[in-house]
Amino acid sequence: MKTGAPSIRRRLVLQLALVAALLSVAFFLAVRGVAGNATEQTQDNILAASATSIADALYSESGAVRVEIPYSALSMLGTVSEDRVFYHVIVDGETLTGYDDLPLPQGRSGSRAPVFDTYSYRGDSLRAVVVTRTLTAANQPRFVQVVVAQTRLGLEAISSRITTTATAVGVAFFLVATALSAFAAQNALRPLSRLADAMARRGPKDLRPVSAEAPAELAPLVGGLNSFMSRLGAALGRSEDLIVEAAHRVRTPLATVRTQAEVVHLQMEKPENRQALRQMIRAVDESSRSAGQLLDHAMVTLRSDHLETEKVDPADLLRDVVDRLGPTAGLRDIAIHLELPDAPLRIEGDPILLQNAVRNILDNAIKYSPAETDIRVSMEGTGTCRMTFCDQGRGFEAADIMRLPDRFSRGSNVGDVVGSGLGLTIVSDVARAHGGTLEIAPNPEGAGACVTLVLPCC
Amino acid sequence: MRFLLVEDNADLARALSGRFVLGGHAVDHAASLEDAELATQTVGYDLILLDIMLPDGDGRTFLRRHRSADNPTPVIVLTARSEVSDRVGLLDLGADDYITKPFDFTELEARVRAVLRRHGGAADNSREFAGLTFDSTSGVISAGGESTQLRNRETRLLEVFFAAPGQIFSKSHLMDRLFSFSEEVSENAIEVYVGRLRRRLSASDATIETVRGMGYRMVRRE
Amino acid sequence: MRHACLALLLILQAARVMAFEIEESHSYPAGESQLRILSTADQSVFDPIIRAFQTEHPAISITYDVAGSTAVMSAILDEGAAYDLVISSAMDLQTKLANDGLALAYRSEATARLPDWASWRDMVFGFTQEPAVIVVNNRLFGDLPLPQNRAALIELLRDHPDIFRRRIGTYDVRVSGLGYLFATQDSRNTESYWRLTEVMGRLDTRLYCCSGEMISDVASGELALAYNVLGSYARARLRDTPGIRVVEMEDFVSVMLRSALIPAGADAVEEAGQMIDFLAAMAERPDLAALTGLPPVSLDASGTDERVLRPIRLGPGLLVFLDRMRRDTFLRSWVSSVKQQ
Repeated sequence: MKTGAPSIRRRLVLQLALVAALLSVAFFLAVRGVAGNATEQTQDNILAASATSIADALYSESGAVRVEIPYSALSMLGTVSEDRVFYHVIVDGETLTGYDDLPLPQGRSGSRAPVFDTYSYRGDSLRAVVVTRTLTAANQPRFVQVVVAQTRLGLEAISSRITTTATAVGVAFFLVATALSAFAAQNALRPLSRLADAMARRGPKDLRPVSAEAPAELAPLVGGLNSFMSRLGAALGRSEDLIVEAAHRVRTPLATVRTQAEVVHLQMEKPENRQALRQMIRAVDESSRSAGQLLDHAMVTLRSDHLETEKVDPADLLRDVVDRLGPTAGLRDIAIHLELPDAPLRIEGDPILLQNAVRNILDNAIKYSPAETDIRVSMEGTGTCRMTFCDQGRGFEAADIMRLPDRFSRGSNVGDVVGSGLGLTIVSDVARAHGGTLEIAPNPEGAGACVTLVLPCC
Repeated sequence: MRFLLVEDNADLARALSGRFVLGGHAVDHAASLEDAELATQTVGYDLILLDIMLPDGDGRTFLRRHRSADNPTPVIVLTARSEVSDRVGLLDLGADDYITKPFDFTELEARVRAVLRRHGGAADNSREFAGLTFDSTSGVISAGGESTQLRNRETRLLEVFFAAPGQIFSKSHLMDRLFSFSEEVSENAIEVYVGRLRRRLSASDATIETVRGMGYRMVRRE
Repeated sequence: MRHACLALLLILQAARVMAFEIEESHSYPAGESQLRILSTADQSVFDPIIRAFQTEHPAISITYDVAGSTAVMSAILDEGAAYDLVISSAMDLQTKLANDGLALAYRSEATARLPDWASWRDMVFGFTQEPAVIVVNNRLFGDLPLPQNRAALIELLRDHPDIFRRRIGTYDVRVSGLGYLFATQDSRNTESYWRLTEVMGRLDTRLYCCSGEMISDVASGELALAYNVLGSYARARLRDTPGIRVVEMEDFVSVMLRSALIPAGADAVEEAGQMIDFLAAMAERPDLAALTGLPPVSLDASGTDERVLRPIRLGPGLLVFLDRMRRDTFLRSWVSSVKQQ
């Protein structure tokens, strides 16, 4: 899931993060818009209040319009920010007081409501308001306009502060949302990883259907998996059955032929006929053994592919195999000496494969040993478990040692001994499947060879 | 010794029976599981040779029932199946040993001997001839209060002679009994073993006599 | 600044023909760069500051011109006179210069350390806080109780016209920018201001252009009491002038911030900034405060007692009293109160 196709989690997180980013941007724009409006509105309100308080201070005296600008009218403009402040009081188009070049805000006229405008004055952008009043002086109606204007630096400062805050909040929101997305994706995908874990924990031979509770979305996958496993199980079963069946089909008639030949052999008198029958029986033995090892090899390969391990005591293994092959060795007065260490050892492995490997080695040793010789089977183990089989047979040619474990390769000096060349291949395959090796060396105590199966032990 | 051979292949059964009779044993043959059940219920056997694939079922079923009935008779399984898949299962089911078909009779004989020896003590297999006591199962001879352990081949050779004292056995017959087909040995090898046996028997009145042009026989020393 | 203030020496440079009147001009030649300062503070007061500044910045030659606050205003506002730094006690005028775009903004570490109320728009930087006080002549006062607030002062003046007639002095707000500032702040802060002005008018109050002169007249016994005198000057004179006393009112004390700004037409902006930094950090130079008698703006805000001491707030509120109609109205009221004959 980590490599190759894009991960679901990454896609989920990316998409959720994208949504979060869009929401953040929308939030940012909305906050800036609303707050910008609000601050502008605030400034307009203060300007209008200021202009109104000046307009309220208009009075007429001896037929002239006068104004006493209240302290608060201008000081209120300085409470929020340090903006520049301008004002202009106009009576019937004539400047009464203030900055006489301060322009009139242009806007909807005719209404008595304050008119706002934004314009440039003395190098700064100003927000201006005009409030109009009509006053009677000397029995004449007088039209008074009060203009108050303020630079927008404070507004910009507030706006930039809002922008900064909105950005920070937006970014924080995005980060939190993304983190939560990652968390949510992880959570949502937990059943999937649980399923994957359950599958990974299974032994290679465990082809039972998955029973773990899976969310509805995974049901088709689990269903497919289960049906696949049942088919795989059936196929594996068929392979094993096939091998077993093939062995039976080959061996049973061979056994009959051999037995018949043996019976006939007993009745034969002429040495040449007896010789011919012996040849025949040997041929039967050879093909039976070859077939057996071929099928064994197939089985070993099958089991190695799905290695199912358990704790195996190598001492028990050796004792058992030596017991099994003792009668065979005894036929030719070959003595098998078993030397085991006192300390118990354990190998993590498939007992059937290990037994087959050990049996093959010992079988080989017996087969190539002359009558009335000794075979020494010994074991030592610290970290690795070394099972050594030394015989007093003809040994291996140095040139053969490397290629012996190859399939169908036999030593160049096997002579008349029946063999298929698969024995050591099987041993070597089993060793490799268990992370071990096969070592072949001349017997240091004289003639013969030592074959050592090296396996990791615990 | 009395053996039960459970085997559906009649040729094989006949051949095996013949060889065991030659060794001085009695063999009953059962061609199916049903016959085998019947036979074991009526007769006490010293050993059962059991084929796994039988027309009316799996030999393992018989084996399981046999063991659960606490029947002590040892069982050697004759199997044609893959060794890798069957081996552990058979021993776990209570087989004392197994042998894969096709097999050399000498090998089967050796396994029978080993199994019987493990179950030994039940029957006394000692026979006596001319002051010589011979236990074919353990391969021990004693004469004049002295015991000697024979080697495997010496035991088997002496066993042939003990089966019919005085009878002449040809070299080729002895070879067939002593060597497997996989061994290429000359007839002179027999002379070596006969020579050894003669020395082993020297403490007793029994000896192996050479009958020129015919073979050998065991006789009382003159 | 047309008459009485000329007790201090006046060095008029004939070469510089200006519409505004420079009362004194001093040169402090040093290095290459030139810093031209236009100030309302007497050279004698500012001299230690300039010398201390030059020991720190030996490359800066300084010209120090002194003028009245109104003259300073018109020099910059109307005539665009060539100065690099304007130092004035008229906060309202300084504020107007900054508001009308005739000042340059300046930022530095030193200005950032000033309290908020001591600077405006990064253009006007207050560096002293000088309260308005009453100075009395001990001898003429005799056993009379010292007035602790304006109500008590009014009562005192009313009850003892014999002592105070023609013996009260205050600023002529028509000519003194600082006097106008104190007067307008008084009028804003207390109802009793106009009553006080009327009482003072009935007692033939004498009008002055400058604090220095008022203090001298109190010391000489010409005056029994001077109202709204710059406390810093008064305290500076206490040492060498026996027989006078400084009284701070308990109802409120207007505190003037002497401030500096860089006019828009300045050439030596960098040097002007260095001077502003120097002034802003005066709180760390108690020696200078002692020499000049100018109390520096304290950098820790807890320094001032805000219940009584009211630093005049820099900001657009100060523009109100500069409005020509408002000023006109105020002066008319003031004149009619003070000159009742």
